[in-house]
Amino acid sequence: MEDNLLEIRDLVVEYHTDDDVIYAVNNINLTIKKGETIGLVGETGAGKTTIAKSILRILPQLQADLKSGEIFFEGVDMLTLAERDMRKIRGNKISMIFQDPMTALNPIEKVGFQIAETIKLHNKIRREEAERRACDMLEMVGIPMDRFSEYPHQFSGGMKQRVVIAMALACNPSLLLADEPTTALDVTIQAQVLDMMRSLKEKLGTSVILITHDLGVVSDFCDSVAVAYAGEIVERGSVDRIFNNPHHPYTLGLFGSLPRLDSTEPRLKPIKGLMPDPTNLPSGCRFYERCPDAAEACALSPPQDIEIEPGHTIKCIRGKEGGI
Amino acid sequence: MLRYIGNRLLLLIPVLLGISLVVLVLIDITPGDPARMLLGAQATQQQVDDLREELGLNDPLPVRYVRFIWNVLHGDLGTSLMTKRPIVDEMLQRFPYTLMLVSLSIVLSVLLGIPIGIYASTHQNTWKDNTAMFLALFCVSMPSFWFALLMIRLFGVQLRWLPISGVATWKGWILPCIAMALGLTALIARQMRSDLLEVIRQDYITTARAKGLSEGKVIYRHGLKNAMIPVIMVIGGVFGSSLGGSLIAEVIYSIPGLGQYIMSGLNNRDYPVIQGGILILSTMFAIVILLVDVLFALVDPRIRSQYARKSKGRGKRVGDET
Repeated sequence: MEDNLLEIRDLVVEYHTDDDVIYAVNNINLTIKKGETIGLVGETGAGKTTIAKSILRILPQLQADLKSGEIFFEGVDMLTLAERDMRKIRGNKISMIFQDPMTALNPIEKVGFQIAETIKLHNKIRREEAERRACDMLEMVGIPMDRFSEYPHQFSGGMKQRVVIAMALACNPSLLLADEPTTALDVTIQAQVLDMMRSLKEKLGTSVILITHDLGVVSDFCDSVAVAYAGEIVERGSVDRIFNNPHHPYTLGLFGSLPRLDSTEPRLKPIKGLMPDPTNLPSGCRFYERCPDAAEACALSPPQDIEIEPGHTIKCIRGKEGGI
Repeated sequence: MLRYIGNRLLLLIPVLLGISLVVLVLIDITPGDPARMLLGAQATQQQVDDLREELGLNDPLPVRYVRFIWNVLHGDLGTSLMTKRPIVDEMLQRFPYTLMLVSLSIVLSVLLGIPIGIYASTHQNTWKDNTAMFLALFCVSMPSFWFALLMIRLFGVQLRWLPISGVATWKGWILPCIAMALGLTALIARQMRSDLLEVIRQDYITTARAKGLSEGKVIYRHGLKNAMIPVIMVIGGVFGSSLGGSLIAEVIYSIPGLGQYIMSGLNNRDYPVIQGGILILSTMFAIVILLVDVLFALVDPRIRSQYARKSKGRGKRVGDET
């Protein structure tokens, strides 16, 4: 408990449209220790970004409804905090890197200003001091500080993402939510950005939730993994455990569908079917329809988390039977 | 930037030449004879013909066109056929009234319209938003002369608070300005609302929220500036067209402005007045649009860098994605 930086308990988030309710996040539990880097993987629509936005409480107000749950950060339930106190956490203790660097920066403000704005907001310092620190941040992410006064359209995609990262790290956050920070970048830049994030993480001791669907990035960058499926965490454990000994059929399917250089298989093996419609989730196991090992009991009631080894949990009734 | 403005001003020359040609041709094919209008129905055909010759109306169109341009280049827009007064003098005398009316109504509608638009968009789909937008739709749809007449009846005739016509005192400006501003306010409010709603959905607004900025700062510092460009365009367009289009308010409230002058010129087939008036109005319109474009560049660095592309700058060093 003590060394848990963030603890999400029974989080439920729904989106309301005119006709439907989208069940985006359903009873998610997740803990992150100080200094831990956790990879949150899953398909598009599994609720990954919604989890991150719930932590910062920046879900779109009109459509999103945070039904229930608790999110403890350094022992305080953030969902009960007043908006004023929440603002002191956002960008300061918890910050977020967004998926698309092309649109994450305000197009008509200087990049330096956008970084300095965060610094000035959370530290009682003069503007000159904030700007000097913003220059330092730019240098740290490998952008010469004489480009402080340039605008986002004068930067390439990779550089924009570095600006976004500099902005997110400007106040030395204890938790960084990185929402697919490399998805929009090409592989060379991807590697550069990941290297940079790793060295910054080591330097600053920041915990990271890395949202991605790239398992390669996870094995390279993370200490542990949480696999999300249809708004639930179906498997959670250390990188070693999950990569060497995955248990949940969905995780197995994910690994099975990866192309391998050493394989002679002529075709990729996808997981059959599609993720269930989030407006109409099955009452039993969410993965039942696509599961190669489904039993009759799976369709009846949703499975509970089962700890098959210390620190390795799966949401599957097969877990009890000792492996599939 | 200065070069750009210079280029735009040079471009004005062919535009104005074209406009004066179109006006001259249109007048030429419009039925009605100014000489007949001047002399009245009792005049003989001989008198009318003499006057036509004297006024140069019998010359072929190209001759009249060149003469007109030549005179304009010498700062002479001609003399009114009706009043025999130089048009330049008459316009200079009347222009302040129109400028005053239009400026006051634009300022009023900007001061009202932008806050209403912001308020509506930050309360999207609530009854506050719906009420504001219903009223805006109402004000846009209702013709301004109808408002003008209603207000005269209420404030001028029944309550006797304000004069019903004329601008002898400052009180006289109130009703015409409100009559003009109602529609404009609604137009600006609707534009502001839809632009801001569009901007609020952008990723960088989420970024701004995630920084820990208060909602007010998110809207004003990051949202509003981005949403302003189409609003500036609407305001500029409205300003330009109102210079010639304040006619209704000028006629109803008897304000001696440009609109009224050109209107009487049209009724009397007073060709020089029409030609000169349209030339001046279109010049002012073009200048206003130029100001709007310059304003865009001040607000948006992406537009600025397009103007400055050929001049020296660091923009070239990095990949330019625009």
